Amino acid sequence: MADDASFVPTRRSLLQTGVAAGGGLFLSWGLSAEGATAAPADAAELNAFIDIAPGGIITIIGKNPECGQGIKTMLPMVIAEELEADWSKVRIQQAMSDPSKYGVQVAGGSTSTPVNYDPLRRVGAAGKQMLVEAAATTWKVPASECVAAMSVVTHKPTGRKLTYGALSAKAATIPAPDLKTVTLKNPKDFTIIGKSVRGIDSPRIVKGEPIYGIDTQLPGMLYAAFVKCPVYGGKVKSAKLDAVLAMPGVKKAFVVEGNNEFNGLASGVAIVADSWWRAKKAREKLVVEWDEGPVAERSSAKFAAEAARLAPLKGQITLRKDGDADAALGKAAKVIEASYSYPFLSHANLEPQNCTAHVVDGKVEIWAPTQNPQPGREIVAKLLGVAPADVKIHMMRCGGGFGRRLQNDYMAEAAWISREAGAPVKVLWQREDDLAHDFYRPGGFHHMKAGLDDKGKLTGWKNHFISFADRDDPKKFANAADMAATELPARLISDLTFETTLMPLGIPTGPMRAPRSNALCFVQQSFMDELAHAAGKDPLAFHLDLLGEPRLFGKTGERDSFDTGRARGVLELVAKMSGWGKTALPARTGMGIAHYFCHLGYFAEVVQASVETNGAIKVDHVWVAGDIGSQVINPTGALNQAQGSVIDGISQALALAVTFENGQAVQSNFNDYPLIRMPAAPQIEVAFLKSDNPPTGLGEPALPAVIPALCNALFQATGKRIRSLPIDVRQLKA
Amino acid sequence: MAYTIKVNGKAQTVDVESDTPLLWVLRDTIGMVGTKFGCGAGLCGACTVHLDGVAVRSCQTPISRVGVKAVTTIEGIGETPIGASVQKAWIDHDVMQCGYCQAGQIMSATSLLKKTPRPTDDQIESAMTGNICRCACYTRIRTAIRQAAGMAPALVAAPSPQILVASAAASVPTKG
Repeated sequence: MADDASFVPTRRSLLQTGVAAGGGLFLSWGLSAEGATAAPADAAELNAFIDIAPGGIITIIGKNPECGQGIKTMLPMVIAEELEADWSKVRIQQAMSDPSKYGVQVAGGSTSTPVNYDPLRRVGAAGKQMLVEAAATTWKVPASECVAAMSVVTHKPTGRKLTYGALSAKAATIPAPDLKTVTLKNPKDFTIIGKSVRGIDSPRIVKGEPIYGIDTQLPGMLYAAFVKCPVYGGKVKSAKLDAVLAMPGVKKAFVVEGNNEFNGLASGVAIVADSWWRAKKAREKLVVEWDEGPVAERSSAKFAAEAARLAPLKGQITLRKDGDADAALGKAAKVIEASYSYPFLSHANLEPQNCTAHVVDGKVEIWAPTQNPQPGREIVAKLLGVAPADVKIHMMRCGGGFGRRLQNDYMAEAAWISREAGAPVKVLWQREDDLAHDFYRPGGFHHMKAGLDDKGKLTGWKNHFISFADRDDPKKFANAADMAATELPARLISDLTFETTLMPLGIPTGPMRAPRSNALCFVQQSFMDELAHAAGKDPLAFHLDLLGEPRLFGKTGERDSFDTGRARGVLELVAKMSGWGKTALPARTGMGIAHYFCHLGYFAEVVQASVETNGAIKVDHVWVAGDIGSQVINPTGALNQAQGSVIDGISQALALAVTFENGQAVQSNFNDYPLIRMPAAPQIEVAFLKSDNPPTGLGEPALPAVIPALCNALFQATGKRIRSLPIDVRQLKA
Repeated sequence: MAYTIKVNGKAQTVDVESDTPLLWVLRDTIGMVGTKFGCGAGLCGACTVHLDGVAVRSCQTPISRVGVKAVTTIEGIGETPIGASVQKAWIDHDVMQCGYCQAGQIMSATSLLKKTPRPTDDQIESAMTGNICRCACYTRIRTAIRQAAGMAPALVAAPSPQILVASAAASVPTKG
């Protein structure tokens, strides 16, 4: 299962060297999973690829999938920094999916930075060391007398110079250093890391060059529509294909039995034609009788009714029990109780799911916009009965990821249909397919109870989380429908209980940008704001008081760690940026604050929003303070990620929900799944607080806090507490 | 049925059903894939092209309605001075994340500036509201349009956030 939580940064490296096909310098290095001194034979190897042409052009491999997070630009910056490359001479080549060469290649969980930052610095440093040695050998001088900068090695005493292009062939013959022993630069001398570098593919994108998965074109390629049962897990009972086959351009139409796995091949009907439009038109003639199965009984209304029934009961599973929360609530001066809920959401990548495959004689070649190619290879190999080594995957630029493309169901469809059609096939979903067949952000319900003492201090906390079960195991959470036992205020107070009860679901779920956090933060930080108000305290003061002195729970770099000092740092900074508590606001305008730690990043955000008498909301301004460690590697990309995350969160809070009736999604396109548009996007100020911690990722952690910060602002503006998403504006009428 | 249309100044003859949207003629028949498919319902703007300089949704434009109007796509918009300045502003402001919607955004922005060379913020918002950016790069799209209109100086360095250094006091490791 592709799950962001499994990408744990562990590293060990071993450098090998060889001469690349063009006579240039080739570095490859291995990473074993467990940190042994030598990579065992079965370890996942990771190879960074540096190729320097005699003319000085340096080609660096971008190892991870690019889905808009900017990783294709950023990871090569890290290599180039330590290589002392002249960035204007650097070219970046997207890697193929090849875990034996590049190790884990995934865009998920904001892991690319923490996992790759140190190893890729070492790859660059090793390359520089070999180039310096090549120059020293040429000049017959000690390497210690030579320095490298801007793709040139200089012999300091004499001022002699040799370019990287002139040195690369010789450098490639020098034994590679052990990556453990290479000398890394002092970060104060960085010339590339920390400087804004614009997206490497942007000049191609503005000209409409073909770089996305959907742009793939192959000689003799056919186009397919694949029609699945609108009810999850439903199967084709019978299909009338004659009318479909009679439509212009249709080459084949056939029933696919599928393997009944969400992240695999669904049962359905494939229609293959000589253009996608013709396949789509033919689809309109299709008549299918479906065996809808048990999920046809399920609906959002029934989930909500069942959750309401379960809320006051004892939870089925105890996730955490510290002290005695019931006793603490019994002694409390004030007990606050509230029910929160949030809906299922769709990722809604703007590039609909698609994949191109060509299967010939048991060899499979795939062009996929995927965030996570390796599990796709395994799915396809199993489905087609071929060796994983015979599945070649091109990682195409993704028109948005957001976690949807951690799953590879489209890959299974394309491979199967190509084999059956005997031709290269591009499978493309229409928008309606995309909303109807997502791995949704799971909805959830929380029954909250907390106690305050007579000084307004939090003394007890109970959260009964009513969530959803895995399709095959009623005791297991559905994918990404779980909650960590370390959610705040765990470890900050002594009497606390987290319980959960799971309801049957049968609908595919999965990680969506800041999975779990994007929902749990809303509940936690909104309820915390309720408590602050009940205690008669300023919410910022309430947060700081609860966090207490700077201290570290767990280990830095671990997802279950928590550093109260870093949380305080971003809260204090965002308060200063926003003029928290010092700004006189007009009527029906409010400011709200929230903070959150996830994906190894600390964020605090303040939202200023105003509400018209009819309840219409205008988000005026957002201030964001983040701590993602000692380096903001590419500041322009970081700013874009933070601003985009904030607007994404506002979009969810204001309008987005997927609801189910009769086991199928109700929403079908952007008319009823209304993603935010330009006029609703607020002004956003972003600041990063550099702290003495390893650099971490930014695809996700800036998102969660904006949702409760907005809801808390609406409370200040109107006195109405938002406890259910998306926000129902009727509740906010004057 | 055969249709001859003029795309970026070049005549193209295609044989397709009359209801085939221009989007699919461009992408699948002619093989110009810069114009993007997002919703198929005229709701997202990813498929925006120009017909005689006016922005239209190519997914909602059947080939039979193109006639003699000049079709301009993202592949050809850089040949016009306004299109080229919009493309430059997009790069200067490092607008895009995934970039998938940006062909449509650039076509809408170019159409706006052609009609309204110095748009107000409200005019920018109203012209661009039909174009969804799922990555939500709206802040940068807005400022890039202002630069392309000559209402803001060209950006030399890419936009960057404020970066401060935290005070050195480290948190004390704690059990729990």
